[in-house]
Amino acid sequence: MIYKVGRAFGLTLFSVLILIPVLVVVLGSFKGDLELMTKPLALPERWSFENYRNLLEGGQIANNFKNSTIVTLFSVLLTLFISSLASFGIARIIHVSGKVLLLLFTMGLAIPAATSIIGIYQLFVTLNLTNTLHGLVIINVASTLPISIFILSAFFRQIPTEIYESAAMDGAKPFRLYRSVALPLSRPSMGAVAIFLFVITWNDLLYPLLLITRSDLKTLPLALIDYRGEYAINFSMIFTAVMVASIPMVVMYLAMQKSFVSGLTAGAVKG
Amino acid sequence: MSKTEAGARKGASSRPQKSGPRGRLARSNDRAYFLMAIPALLVYALFYLYPTLTNLRYAFSEWDGLQEAKFIGFKNFTRSLTNDDTFYKVLGNNIEFTGLVVIFQTALSLLFAIFLLKNTRASVALRTLYFFPTILSSVSVAMVWQFLYEPNLGPLNVFLNSIGLDFLALNWLGSETITLRAVAFTQVWFHTGQMMVVYIAGLQQIPQELYEAAEVDGATRWQQFKSVTWPMALPTTAVVMAYTTIQSFRAFDLIYAMTQGGPNNSSSILVTLIYLTAFNEYRFGYAATQSIYLIVFILVLTAIQRRLLRTRY
Repeated sequence: MIYKVGRAFGLTLFSVLILIPVLVVVLGSFKGDLELMTKPLALPERWSFENYRNLLEGGQIANNFKNSTIVTLFSVLLTLFISSLASFGIARIIHVSGKVLLLLFTMGLAIPAATSIIGIYQLFVTLNLTNTLHGLVIINVASTLPISIFILSAFFRQIPTEIYESAAMDGAKPFRLYRSVALPLSRPSMGAVAIFLFVITWNDLLYPLLLITRSDLKTLPLALIDYRGEYAINFSMIFTAVMVASIPMVVMYLAMQKSFVSGLTAGAVKG
Repeated sequence: MSKTEAGARKGASSRPQKSGPRGRLARSNDRAYFLMAIPALLVYALFYLYPTLTNLRYAFSEWDGLQEAKFIGFKNFTRSLTNDDTFYKVLGNNIEFTGLVVIFQTALSLLFAIFLLKNTRASVALRTLYFFPTILSSVSVAMVWQFLYEPNLGPLNVFLNSIGLDFLALNWLGSETITLRAVAFTQVWFHTGQMMVVYIAGLQQIPQELYEAAEVDGATRWQQFKSVTWPMALPTTAVVMAYTTIQSFRAFDLIYAMTQGGPNNSSSILVTLIYLTAFNEYRFGYAATQSIYLIVFILVLTAIQRRLLRTRY
């Protein structure tokens, strides 16, 4: 009895705690600022798209959205390609160097990204890679390789050797084994890694903050910080920008909940 | 890995020692497999390992990011330890932040995992809801909570005032005593759902018979928790605590967007301090030193956690 009441109470409380901020943002983006301040949880008196129109006309948001899309797509695809190739190689190398390689890559997991920012900044300045989208792609790829290789090489090692051997018997060369045997089998793992990378790259603030100062090259999270300054305490405009920045992930989450949950959890736990 | 697979792998690894065409084939394939790792190795070595190592070099120099870096030996290192109140303050903040987040996030995620363990439709729906914040960006979360915490017109204080708890309506993000805790609360709000999912996966591995046996013995729910759930879930707890610890050290995005470490560094942790030292104060060498201390701190903490959890089993 006590358990049941406690459970109902706890679940309700946490549900409310999650829902309130979400509702405040969603509803607030359709309200004027005064209405948001005075009645944050009420339905808008009049559903207005004015904030969205102002945001599109006044700012760089469409451009920020484009930058985020380009950076995220290229970072994720490139990471997936070179990390799956490397993971397959590492899992298949018989010599001890395979283990050494894996250790080298997984070393990167122990160190928070922020500890290398001075070295990264200096290197990217020297190579003229600051204020470029490809520079951002490069650092995203380099910094997500450890986790991707860690997850994928564990998967490739689980594939029974017999499967490769029978294909090798038919004359398949290593790259052919990767493309026609390993890759098709690894689709679920690759999917999980892809979702994980998508979310962390789309949402990342640190690297854009470090490398991008030109406003036409800013990604959404970095631009959000500017909007806050620009609109001062006009929270309904800020929430409209938050909506625009979150919608792609929310739509994907609602469309493929299971893969999202397992992808993000795998990335978390194994990282 | 099953036994037959293990056997097959063992067989494979002994192959190169044999002479003959198959041995040569295995060796030449090793080279091809190694080549496959080269693109990743190059990108990782040049753009991640190399900057991490140069960081180490800057730690021994005085450098404003513009002029030539000047080698000054261990000066930065001794200075942080002997003559830098901010460093100690932030170190203390980091310990408090990590402690609060680890305790509450672990406890709450375990609690909600127990509540939502059964795969009923309502449980699955609530899991989806609780997990939801995980997909948001730290910056978005920071903006929302800045609004909720707003001292005068923010919903939290308006609510507290309306129910007569005026004395609790604090300046959540503007007070040196409370801000770090307010940010920690947001961090827990942000990530509890994700750790709950990890716990659910762990708890579903516990054999149902154990609970049935406990029930036959007339064990109460609390006793069942104490003698079945908790001990059986310890490996999962280890994973959750280790991950939550690392996650709290990485809370740069959230803290930077929410408070920039303020007021007066009271909500700064080491990662934000490193950034601010370098890019607001232009003391790149000193910031590099702080990042070395951060790495040492994490390594020590990981070692302690490993030891504690190992003795438990």
